[in-house]
Amino acid sequence: MHESTKDHAALAAEFNKDEQRVNWHDETLWWIRQKRDKNVHQLPEWEALREAASQIKFNVLSNLHDYLLQFEKNATANGVHVHWAADAKEHNEIVHRLLTEHKVDRMVKSKSMLTEECGLNEYLAEHGIEVIDSDLGERIVQLAKEPPSHIVLPCIHKKKEEIGDLFHKYLGTPANVADPQILTEAARQHLRDVFLTRRAALTGVNFAVAETGEFVVCTNEGNADMGAHLADVHIASMGIEKLIPERKHLGVFLRLLTRSATGQPITTYSSHFKKPRKETPIHIILVDNGRSVQLGRKEFRNSLKCIRCGACMNTCPVYRRSGGHSYHTAVAGPIGSILAPNLDMKKYKDLPFASTLCGSCSNVCPVKIDIHDQLYKWRQELVKEGYTPAAKTISMKLMAQTLSSPTLYNAAGKSGRFVLKHMPFLVSNKLNPWYKEREMPEAPKESFREWYKKNN
Amino acid sequence: MNVARVGANRIRPYAANGIQECTKRRTFKKMNSRDKILSAIAANQPERTALADISGFKGAEENLQNKYAAVLTAIGGRIYFVKDENEIAATIAAQFPEAKRIINLVDNLSIGNFETVISDPEIHNLKNVDLAIIKAKFAVAENGAVWITEKEVQPRVLPFICEHLAVVITDGIIFPTMHEAYQKIATLEEYGYGSFIAGPSKTADIEQSLVIGAHGPRSMSVFVKV
Repeated sequence: MHESTKDHAALAAEFNKDEQRVNWHDETLWWIRQKRDKNVHQLPEWEALREAASQIKFNVLSNLHDYLLQFEKNATANGVHVHWAADAKEHNEIVHRLLTEHKVDRMVKSKSMLTEECGLNEYLAEHGIEVIDSDLGERIVQLAKEPPSHIVLPCIHKKKEEIGDLFHKYLGTPANVADPQILTEAARQHLRDVFLTRRAALTGVNFAVAETGEFVVCTNEGNADMGAHLADVHIASMGIEKLIPERKHLGVFLRLLTRSATGQPITTYSSHFKKPRKETPIHIILVDNGRSVQLGRKEFRNSLKCIRCGACMNTCPVYRRSGGHSYHTAVAGPIGSILAPNLDMKKYKDLPFASTLCGSCSNVCPVKIDIHDQLYKWRQELVKEGYTPAAKTISMKLMAQTLSSPTLYNAAGKSGRFVLKHMPFLVSNKLNPWYKEREMPEAPKESFREWYKKNN
Repeated sequence: MNVARVGANRIRPYAANGIQECTKRRTFKKMNSRDKILSAIAANQPERTALADISGFKGAEENLQNKYAAVLTAIGGRIYFVKDENEIAATIAAQFPEAKRIINLVDNLSIGNFETVISDPEIHNLKNVDLAIIKAKFAVAENGAVWITEKEVQPRVLPFICEHLAVVITDGIIFPTMHEAYQKIATLEEYGYGSFIAGPSKTADIEQSLVIGAHGPRSMSVFVKV
């Protein structure tokens, strides 16, 4: 993980320096949101599907203990090795131990936001193990030495010319070639060689089925399958909340996932791994890393229903204009802003404030997480715990005093109007954050109260 | 479900009483991560809520061939409704005149120079397969997918590593939605590996420009026997 000491507002300000890029980023994501709408509106049962998915996920959370045991039992019976990791550190250690046991020092990995959350690549690099990300978007950000900026579209912040430069430097494509077709072909050839030579493959998990002990991995590129089917050992990392009760429930979730994510009816590949190939073991790592704590937070446990489609990011007016990196956490956007404070309230205290609370995220969420309500509740929690900046705390207290006293309120209104009219330089300057990107309003001559007194 | 209940009864007595009981039971060993996670979950999970009844989700049965053809074409696949194996073979010969190495896993497709058995156990040698012709159990109209399992498609990597993929829906079955698909899967023989494949491999990671042929096949042709 790239550590940053800057908060969301500061990082967003950096992203906003290039206005054209911000507009392009905003429009690209909105276009994906529109593709989602077009596809979703073809299904009259869409709302019923969302409701069913939400109920199934609630049932999972309310019975997670038994479902995990059921999954462990069935997966083990299928010949899959099940490991448990309490936190990121233990997850990384398990992966490292498995690779050491198989005498492997080069691994191919398909997309797994959990391994981003755990900082796996960095951990393995420190231990002399090379990891190559095989999802095209992830490979691009890996070459750029950046984290993904979006959970479904990892390099959505990058222009094709920048990608062309990266490929020229690392993959030997001709200089100044930015045609996506040519760049993708270069990546295909480069990664084909990786798939054919790596003896260990790690994949994420989209869904795991308690009833059958199988797990499902969804990709458009086919990179998870190429990696897993050609390697001698397959490691799958999953958060414990990825469980669903029965196989038939996949019908609900696979219908919702990709329509919500990119507006496709389904990903190209939805692969069901149940038993290992002959003599090629599958290891699955069940990772907690704060999830069991979140489960105990009554107001916030709904966030664990998330199926990582990214729809809340594509629709979010703040995400679209601030970019994924401004959230300085593995999962950006509205859902990331309610997941991250559970892991570290101090480090991510800014994120629940990186929202307009417009509610669009909750409206598009395929499993009906009350995202904007949770953002609001996190703000209250953070204020209670004393994690808000002093300036904000003081100004909020002053505001509360002013609003509760008619005398103070009148005086404040009068002086405000006076300042705006006669001394605009006092507020139209850099010290006033409200003035940034905005014109200050023209002050009215009198308040409504003054007008009312005169005219009645 | 019964299986889970048995497991639960085994764990619950100490999980419900929290960590103390647990350490008592394992005097000689520190509580491991598995027990730690499970007891934290048992303590924190909310009161049991009911599962949703999803039996009401059904797709319309009309016009499935047209719907399937439209969706598959939209996601970059090709559709052929055919009478018999001869027509499939003729179409393939016309579509892929350049293909040198063709692996065919479909019965009664006899013309041409097809490999029908993969004798080489070294799966990495499949990297030069130009075309793989495989069987699928059924297709799904709403998303263009076909369902394959390890039983018909060996080795697992074949439909991914080939340059082009042709799939024959031998029974000509098309289901309206994924709900009917999973109902059917429940009646079929259990698999070690199965996959829904919907169209050629693709990516839009570079500025959202759709490019067909990411890591897997550059084309997918589906043959439905009618």
